[in-house]
Amino acid sequence: MKTLASVGLGLLMTATMAAAQADEVKIGMITTLSGGGSHLGVDVRDGFMLAIERSGRDNVRVLVQDDANRPDLARSLSNEFMQRDNVDILTGIIFSNLAMAVVPAAVRQGTFYISPNAGPSDLAGRMCHENYFNAAYQNDNLHGAMGAYMREQGFERPIILAPNYPAGTDALAGFKHLYEGEVVGEIYTQMGQTDYAAEIAQIRASDADSLFFFLPGGMGISFMKQWENSGVELPVFGAAFSFDETIIKAVGSAAIGAMNTSLWAYDLDNEANHAFVEGFREAYNRMPTLYAAQGYDTANLILSALEKAHPSEQDAFREALREADFDSVRGEFRFGPNHHPIQNIYVREVVEGDDGQPTNRLIGIAVENIQDIYHEQCQM
Amino acid sequence: MMLFIEQLINGLQLGTMLFLMASGLTLVFGVMGLINLAHGSFYMVGAYATALATATTGSFLVGLASGIAVAAAVGALVELIVIRRLYHRPHLDQVLATFALILIFSEGTRWLFGSSPLWLNPPSQLAGSVTLPGGLRYPIYRLVIIAVGITVAVGMYLLITRTRLGMRIRAGESDREMIGALGVNIARLYTLVFALGAALAGLAGAMVGALQSVQVGMGEPVLILAFVVIVIGGIGSIKGALYGAILVGVVDTLGRVFLPAFFRQFMSPSEAAGVGSAIAAMLIYIMMAAILAFKPKGLFAANE
Amino acid sequence: MNKSDTSTLAPQPGLPTPAASWHDRKGLVQIGLLAVLLLAPLAAYFLGHIYYVNLASRITLIAMAAVGLNLAIGYGGMVSFGHAAYFGLGGYIAGISAYHAFDFTPVIGWPLTVPGSDSMLAIWLAAIVLCGLLALAIGAISLRTTGVYFIMITLAFAQMMYYFANSWPTYGGEDGLPIFLRNSLPLVDTNDALTFFLICFGGLVLSLALTARIMKSRFGAALTMARLNDTRLATAGIAPYPVRLVAFVISAMITGLAGALYADLNGFVSPTMLSWHMSGELMVIVILGGVGRLYGPLAGALLFVMMEMLLGGLTEYWQLFLGLVLLFVVLFAKHGVMGWLAGRERHD
Repeated sequence: MKTLASVGLGLLMTATMAAAQADEVKIGMITTLSGGGSHLGVDVRDGFMLAIERSGRDNVRVLVQDDANRPDLARSLSNEFMQRDNVDILTGIIFSNLAMAVVPAAVRQGTFYISPNAGPSDLAGRMCHENYFNAAYQNDNLHGAMGAYMREQGFERPIILAPNYPAGTDALAGFKHLYEGEVVGEIYTQMGQTDYAAEIAQIRASDADSLFFFLPGGMGISFMKQWENSGVELPVFGAAFSFDETIIKAVGSAAIGAMNTSLWAYDLDNEANHAFVEGFREAYNRMPTLYAAQGYDTANLILSALEKAHPSEQDAFREALREADFDSVRGEFRFGPNHHPIQNIYVREVVEGDDGQPTNRLIGIAVENIQDIYHEQCQM
Repeated sequence: MMLFIEQLINGLQLGTMLFLMASGLTLVFGVMGLINLAHGSFYMVGAYATALATATTGSFLVGLASGIAVAAAVGALVELIVIRRLYHRPHLDQVLATFALILIFSEGTRWLFGSSPLWLNPPSQLAGSVTLPGGLRYPIYRLVIIAVGITVAVGMYLLITRTRLGMRIRAGESDREMIGALGVNIARLYTLVFALGAALAGLAGAMVGALQSVQVGMGEPVLILAFVVIVIGGIGSIKGALYGAILVGVVDTLGRVFLPAFFRQFMSPSEAAGVGSAIAAMLIYIMMAAILAFKPKGLFAANE
Repeated sequence: MNKSDTSTLAPQPGLPTPAASWHDRKGLVQIGLLAVLLLAPLAAYFLGHIYYVNLASRITLIAMAAVGLNLAIGYGGMVSFGHAAYFGLGGYIAGISAYHAFDFTPVIGWPLTVPGSDSMLAIWLAAIVLCGLLALAIGAISLRTTGVYFIMITLAFAQMMYYFANSWPTYGGEDGLPIFLRNSLPLVDTNDALTFFLICFGGLVLSLALTARIMKSRFGAALTMARLNDTRLATAGIAPYPVRLVAFVISAMITGLAGALYADLNGFVSPTMLSWHMSGELMVIVILGGVGRLYGPLAGALLFVMMEMLLGGLTEYWQLFLGLVLLFVVLFAKHGVMGWLAGRERHD
């Protein structure tokens, strides 16, 4: 009991001591570092920290916590950051369901939230908020762009597949919105499913001429490996979430030939990107993924706004964020009225790299200056 | 029709993998009276060891052998350090201690090998698909999995009915005190049985890891399914594990495909997918509850 | 009876207490635990550290859920591996009711109209009643089995709920369901962290009092006997099955109410609340605190959340150390924190 009391006291003391210097900026990063999908969080964090280190600013403190891909934990971490550590800015969340648990409450309490990955439709539309910025994408962007690209390439009978959860149904809705034609089938799988034999059989039994799927993380790995050995030979399309560098290394040769849409590619030709890719490889000894690129851009966006105002001057800081005055590794980058990016979406093909490992190669632009459809519902 | 047969084979393949998991689980329970949640960790250990050894040697067979060996060794080690202290403890303690082992194994593996999935493919000889009689194209590797499952089932049958070890296992199942009195070294028998169960789980993990992905936490969904299997089959019964595994494999696979199709007849596709997959996901649990409501000890109650 | 059943659990509460010397120590520890839980957030509130007030609410609610589970496991000897089902159902009732109140749509439109509500009183009532009914159905089937079968079938029912919530899209499926505005009570402002904490604290104290009351009653004596030796109970003319079932239902009601409050605390409910990890964690808390000790769940919840905070701040892999601590407690310190703080409950 004495021990418990002193632990309690100790915690209170640390909290009091954490009262900061006036011009220091505290950023709370809640991201997924363990559990399923943790390589996404690790990459966002590493990309973000690279940008912070390179800026050479010593008054920016980044506090990182692992949400273990659990919404309730993310929610309590956000309270911890806001109420105990008094952070100025929150960032880092990977998954949409965690973002929905954290963001609406956080921004209403006057904290800025800059998303480095998740972009659920509600936050872009009816629940948008002046303190919420998305530096990555709206969830539909990549799927919609692939829809447009496949129509342009003349595919007439795609079959589409996604996990049965809101981001999955949104993905297929986004695809259909820009594909515009009829699809021959829609298959919904379970979250976290690892065996896709049943679905592959359904695809085989259909008369589709192409496959579009959205299976983030480990689900995509399992699917692609089983797909390769199934003997079904349809061209495969997807969003970059199923084809990041970590995933295609794990999938191996099965991924070769798959086309995917991305807002970034490591072989995008611009100066900021060259610097980023080289810097990242040097610092972490591996290839960056799009999540690392998003983390890097998010940090640079924040840093660019910090040049102009401290987050405690809310209006000025918000205005500075809106200007998005930084060199994005994606090339051009600007915000729409709902604080979501208007950006080019590129098409990449998975090819065999120089080391024999699969890697993504930039093919071209799928859609220029894509903007989400939800901005019309956003009243800020 | 072709689709139905293909799904049936898929269900059979899932069933044989579940059998590999469930037979170890049920054996350990039957002989030692121990409920082991950490069985899924051996599945993961087997997959990781196979992936690492395959990457080093370049041979899937060598990888698979080391996967099984490592899983068995880890199993024996865990038995020696932790599990044997649990035999005479209540089930609650067993559940919690092995729950703790899951945390230790999962986070330990993450610590050692990171969070990214590992790379493991089936050997190139087994890649691709063959045409079965009737014109159905089916992946070779999945057929191999079914064959391995059947081989193990036959092997287990022979082991238990024809060998000295099997005799002791059967004796242990029917009367735990008795075999001690017969001069059998129980401690060694228990370690052996536990390691055997771990090896089977490791084999399952390695085979499935090559099909899916090798990552932390991969054992947990399989573990829960394996529990459903042994509860349906009757805890402690190898025969029950076999029938239960195939039943669960087939029902789960067919439900996932045909329930959404069924609801599509009177609902929109996305609604049907929602309702259909919601019910499909619950199907095996409903089946388990129904079976237990009528046969509280499962279909083939072993020693009770 | 088969061997695995009789051994149930080591400490055996509910029996007459022999000596008074450690009884005082136990009383002091119990009052001390409650005082820490009450005074620390009060102090934090007046020092302006809202975070610690919410943390205390979280500890309180997890403890309350575990108090419910403890009634089943500790006092009733029913090792339920599926109490997340009730915790999550309570949470979803709070979430779904608030969702419909926010949207002005009915929860059920036919055959009778049930409107959504953001009143905590209505939500609590619904949570208690519905969790009780669910537990009645699950318990009626599960209690026909014993031992490992009981553990597994309760797990299976909870998994059923989990997968259902996961794939039912109306209420967010995997994404979960946010509660944008905390549900309300007449006269007080539930958005105030301290007020909400006091509500939770009241819930915990009530559930502790209820458990103590039950265990002192004839029903409690019957439940203890059903755990220790149900043949003897049967010879006394009492059927063990209904006794167990009633205790199981009450246990689920307490856990369900805690779940409803937990959803309001987080402003969020998701299938995570129904997952088997959640069931496992609740069991861990009961064990850490000391099985069948009235204040065990409180001690366990305090320890658990402290570990999560302190270890989580030190390493990404804090669950590894949680596992080691848990293993140690199960293997070597089976009387839990309460056994260590307040002495063993009885001879064993």
